[in-house]
Formats: sequence, structure tokens, C-alpha cells
Amino acid sequence: MSIMQDSREATMIGRRSDGTLIRRPLSPHLQVYDMLQMTSALSIMHRISGVAWVAGVVLMTWWLIAAAAGPSAFATVQWFLSSFLGILLLLGVTAAAWYHTLAGIRHLAWDAGWGYDIPTAYKTGRAVLIGTAVLTALTWLALLISW
Amino acid sequence: MATFTLPKNSKITEGKRYPAPAGAKKVKAFKIYRWDPDSGENPRTDTFEIDLEQCGPMVLDALIKIKNEVDSTLTFRRSCREGICGSCSMNIDGLNTLACLKPIEDVKGDVKIHPLPHMPVVKDLVPDLSQIYAQLRSIEPWLKADTPPPPDGERLQSKEERAKLDGLWECILCFCCTTSCPSYWWNGDRYLGPAVLLQAYRWIADSRDEATGERLDALEDPFKLYRCHTIMNCARTCPKGLNPAQAIGEIKQLLATRGG
Repeated sequence: MSIMQDSREATMIGRRSDGTLIRRPLSPHLQVYDMLQMTSALSIMHRISGVAWVAGVVLMTWWLIAAAAGPSAFATVQWFLSSFLGILLLLGVTAAAWYHTLAGIRHLAWDAGWGYDIPTAYKTGRAVLIGTAVLTALTWLALLISW
Repeated sequence: MATFTLPKNSKITEGKRYPAPAGAKKVKAFKIYRWDPDSGENPRTDTFEIDLEQCGPMVLDALIKIKNEVDSTLTFRRSCREGICGSCSMNIDGLNTLACLKPIEDVKGDVKIHPLPHMPVVKDLVPDLSQIYAQLRSIEPWLKADTPPPPDGERLQSKEERAKLDGLWECILCFCCTTSCPSYWWNGDRYLGPAVLLQAYRWIADSRDEATGERLDALEDPFKLYRCHTIMNCARTCPKGLNPAQAIGEIKQLLATRGG
């Protein structure tokens, strides 16, 4: 007999009218819930941007290791990062880092007890999205100017 | 464990279609989740076309009309029809709310109705709430005090003390919030969920309660409390306009700032 891993398992067993047992269905969740509402959409984006940022740090580490390894290794990384895909990746990492930072500040505000009411949460959510776009654009503008 | 897809026995199939009566002027389609334990078949979506000219304004009015006039086997919970009993909570048009408080005309296109999400289905729109009720019991939702009450009357509160319970006492335990929470979907076996945590805070915030320390001790747990990631779906969906996320935030702050 398998060990029950989840206490909710017990409530998945129901009875028919004649008393025989039947396994109940689980009601739909992601399949029917409005997951694009600002609350949960920004929350899952916070997680995804965190993962993307870590991936970006790995990319950065690769670049640093290559710089230490020698000119030919460094040239390979430089070639990749300045390719279309490389630029796109770097742009994505910049946006993810800004988003994660701004959404993180939003979370700090909540933890400090501010901004829970829904109108404010929607305002700060919109501010995080606009802020991410503006700061990503500014970052790349600064990059292009100083190139 | 988080499983993002539905189990095989829970996948929804296309159901029956009940067309509007001839001569109907203002037709609206209601797509309703059905599951009958006696049939042994997978859940299905039945489509009921209703003439809104012959129907009350709320989604619950349409459900009652369908049960009375089209298919008497349609099963759902309802009682007060005015948003105070919390029985008719369900997922309407992608958000959890009370069918009695949801105007039909607020829904664009077909009205899609499902049971509260990620719950065992007893029949049609009736979910099994025993897990949530057990969790509610676990936070001991009653006044606990060692000090006897004054012999000549009740335990009194100042207006300020009483005001701290506003936004908490109004909860009707419909569990719209708990079942809107993705964290509760994945970890509901151990995470208490927004409704129960709001209830926990209701007693923590009560000036007459003398068990605040023990209540906080009981909640200080990576799963019971800290699976709340401030997603805020709870506050977004609450049909009474309450803010469980904020109540949970208050508990977290009390735990973070209390001495010892």
C-alpha cells in the first residue's frame, strides 16, 4: 500500500447513491481561472524574472571566465553576445533584472504593511511595469551612447 | 505537490445543449460544469440558453431558473441570496465570487460557471470543503481568556479596539479567496490559506483575547503561514471586499517584531 502524501487525498473519495465508492474529480484551476489579472500575473513574472536574472548571471560568469581563459575564448563569447540572439538575451536579462528589482521593492512595501488595498496594488503594479520598460530603455540608451 | 494539469478523471468533456425556448428575446448562454457521481463519466460542460427577459438579474437567479425549469438535477449550494451566508461561492467568468451578488450583465459573452477551483467535487458545483473546515478548526476560532469576565456584564472594548476588527468580522467563510490562491492549490494540504489566516488574525487582533502568544506560536511555520507569497488573488476576488493578504501581512509583521 502506498503512503498517502497529501492529506487532501482523503477527500478525493466520494460515494455514489448506491453507496459504492468513486474517485471524485478535481475542479479545474489554471484551466478556468483568470490568470492574466494583475495580481497573479505579476506574481508569477516575479518568479520567472528571478530565474532569468540568475541565468543572466551565469552568462556573465561565462564572459568573465572566457576573459581570464585567453583571447580566443573571449572572442567566441564576444561573437555570441554581439550576435542577434546574444543581444536579445542581454536585453531580456536587463528587463528581468529591472522587473525583479522593482517588483521586489513592491514586495518590501507590502512586508512593511503598505499598499495592500486593491486600487493601490494595481497602481503599484502598473508603476512596476512602466518602470521596467523605462529603466530598460534608459539602460540600453546609456550603453549605446557609451559604446 | 504542484500538478498544473487536471487528472485524467477530471478532464472536462463537451456536454448537452439546452436551446432557448422559442420566442426568447434576450438569450444568454450559461456554460455550467457538471459532474454526476452516479454516471461515473468525466465532468462535462452543459450549455443552457436562458431568456434574460424571463430571469432575475443575478447569476444565482439563472441557476435557480435552470434548476426549476430546465434540469432539476443541476446541483449547487445556495441559501440567503443576498451575500451573507456564503453558500453560493463558485467560479464565474474566471473569478471566484458569490452567484447571488454577481450581476449577469457584468459578464461579457457566455457565462462560464465552475465549482471553486482545485477542490474535490461532490456533485456539479458543490465542492468538498472538509479540508478547509478542519483547517479553520485548527486555528481555534473563538475567544480564549483566562481572566473571568466582569461579574456584572460583558468584556468591554474601546472604540479603537473594536475598530481593529473591522474588515475581519465581515468574513462569511465562502472560501472564494482560499480557492483563488495558487499557493493554496499547490500546498493546501499544509498551507492554511487566506480565509483561515484572516480568521486567525481576527482573534489575534481582538483586545479581549488572551491567547495571542500561543496563536502566533501555532502559526509560525513555513507551510501554515509562510506559503503566502502575497500574490493578492485573495483580495482581488473577495466578494465582501475584504483583504486577507493584508491580514496575513499583519501576522507576519507581528511575528517579525515580537520579542524573544
